[in-house]
Amino acid sequence: MNRFSFVDCTSVHDALDQMNHGAMVKAGGIDLLDLMKDGIIAPSTLVNIRQIKGLHGIVVSQQGLTIGPLTTLAELAAHPDIQQKYTALSDAAGHAATPQIRNMATVGGNLMQRQRCWYFRSAEFPCLRKGGSECFAQQGQNQYHAIMGNQICAMVHPSSTAVPLLAMEAHVELASKKGTRTVALNKFYVTPEESIENETIVKEDELITSIFVPSPAKGTRSAYQKYGEKESFDWPLADAGVVLVMDGDHCHSASIVLGVAAPTPLRAKAAEVLLTGKRIDEATARAAGKAAVSDATPLAQNGYKVQLFQTVIYRTILLAAGQLKRDPSAVGGLA
Amino acid sequence: MSDPQKPSISRRGFLKAASVTAASTLVESVHAVAKEANEASRGPRTSGPGLVPIVLHVNGIAHSLTVEPRLTLAEALRDSLGLTGTKVVCDRGSCSACTIWLDKLPTLSCMTLAIDVGSRNITTIEGIATGSQLHPVQAAFVKHDAMQCGFCTPGMVMSCVALLDRNPSPTLDDVKHAVSGNLCRCGTYPKVFAATLEVAQGRKLVNPIISANREKGA
Repeated sequence: MNRFSFVDCTSVHDALDQMNHGAMVKAGGIDLLDLMKDGIIAPSTLVNIRQIKGLHGIVVSQQGLTIGPLTTLAELAAHPDIQQKYTALSDAAGHAATPQIRNMATVGGNLMQRQRCWYFRSAEFPCLRKGGSECFAQQGQNQYHAIMGNQICAMVHPSSTAVPLLAMEAHVELASKKGTRTVALNKFYVTPEESIENETIVKEDELITSIFVPSPAKGTRSAYQKYGEKESFDWPLADAGVVLVMDGDHCHSASIVLGVAAPTPLRAKAAEVLLTGKRIDEATARAAGKAAVSDATPLAQNGYKVQLFQTVIYRTILLAAGQLKRDPSAVGGLA
Repeated sequence: MSDPQKPSISRRGFLKAASVTAASTLVESVHAVAKEANEASRGPRTSGPGLVPIVLHVNGIAHSLTVEPRLTLAEALRDSLGLTGTKVVCDRGSCSACTIWLDKLPTLSCMTLAIDVGSRNITTIEGIATGSQLHPVQAAFVKHDAMQCGFCTPGMVMSCVALLDRNPSPTLDDVKHAVSGNLCRCGTYPKVFAATLEVAQGRKLVNPIISANREKGA
């Protein structure tokens, strides 16, 4: 790891003051230290926001759920109101990474993780994201890479919590010295076509100050599941967040988001349309899974993910609808 | 086989001796530094990139040491304080061998900067036993032979003791979930589950996993 100055901040104002060129924000620090240890980034200053009290905590009101960005994944997963009313979010937070990491990692940091791609994460490969001229995954080892939106950069989106948060139409509040702005999560992530330099719209001088999830409509049920190579803990090979507004067995509206399918979390509009107004059963759920991946463009080694996504989507639709139990072979399925 | 040409001092012994010397020269400043840290709670406080004095509260004892901001807690515990029970394997947060508690929460010392611990209480594997009396979970690990190479064992024990502290009567799935981040290359998991469940149940079982499954109706 490179040498750096460490600035402890106790207020957002102080932190914004410190966010000069070469500085990076540190919350839980998991992804940041990972990247620094691998020599992918070398900030001259770490602005430590971990102890800013105002950025920590969960407030549930009639309007919705307000989450401080420093809330840990463990706190999010253990919150009874989130488990009950925002189940997919609790599922995603509770099955991300390991118990130890969930005690340290924050939801703001989870949203801001850099991409998962072994070419990006190896200092040996000057890929497009690091100013190089090539995406090594296109012709290289690409079994874990994106199956959609993968023509320029085939990274997969890393944040589990972004998946249900996008399905729940969450907003993120950002602060800078110039003021604050609120951005819908569906405008938060940037595709490689839009920019190869940035993965989010967050600017260098901005800090996430809160995450807001509107209160779910009556009859809302939600779920998140992911499949990996291991059942205990693993990065997902396929994952899905499903939010259904149900009237009995009938689906009034559906929101379905795929996580590690593409460089950004994707809403599967074709699948949502198929479910809307229909009775949820195995046939409609399977049809939705198929529709969600109909325009997939798998690479040489990741065609299996197309099938895996269909499976996780249909099983998660049925899980959300209360017609199927959590798959014991999903990551964390044992608990 | 011992080599008569080599000096009769082990690497670990050398590190321990060196760290005790370093720590003892700084003991007097412990209280002064702690006071300073408390008073600096207002406004940004910049440290480093050079050596910075910090205080780590480990297993109930305050240790004063100087660290660069880039030093991880795992490195500080092992190399500066000689507490080599905490293991470093992947050094990337993927294996949990370096699991310690910060204020009773199992966390990763390899992904924590020593400078960022602050006043939180650190518990390492050395703080689990009472004197020479093993913690019941440690004793059960020995009894059930829940280790082979032993490298994951300190982290496993930290996860299992933390589980029993917050949930005195866990199910088999609870134990599996608690150690889901602790990688064991030797495959000792069934024995880890058996040891932890035996302590929880406070009684001897011929085969705790089968019994636990029966209780669940599996």
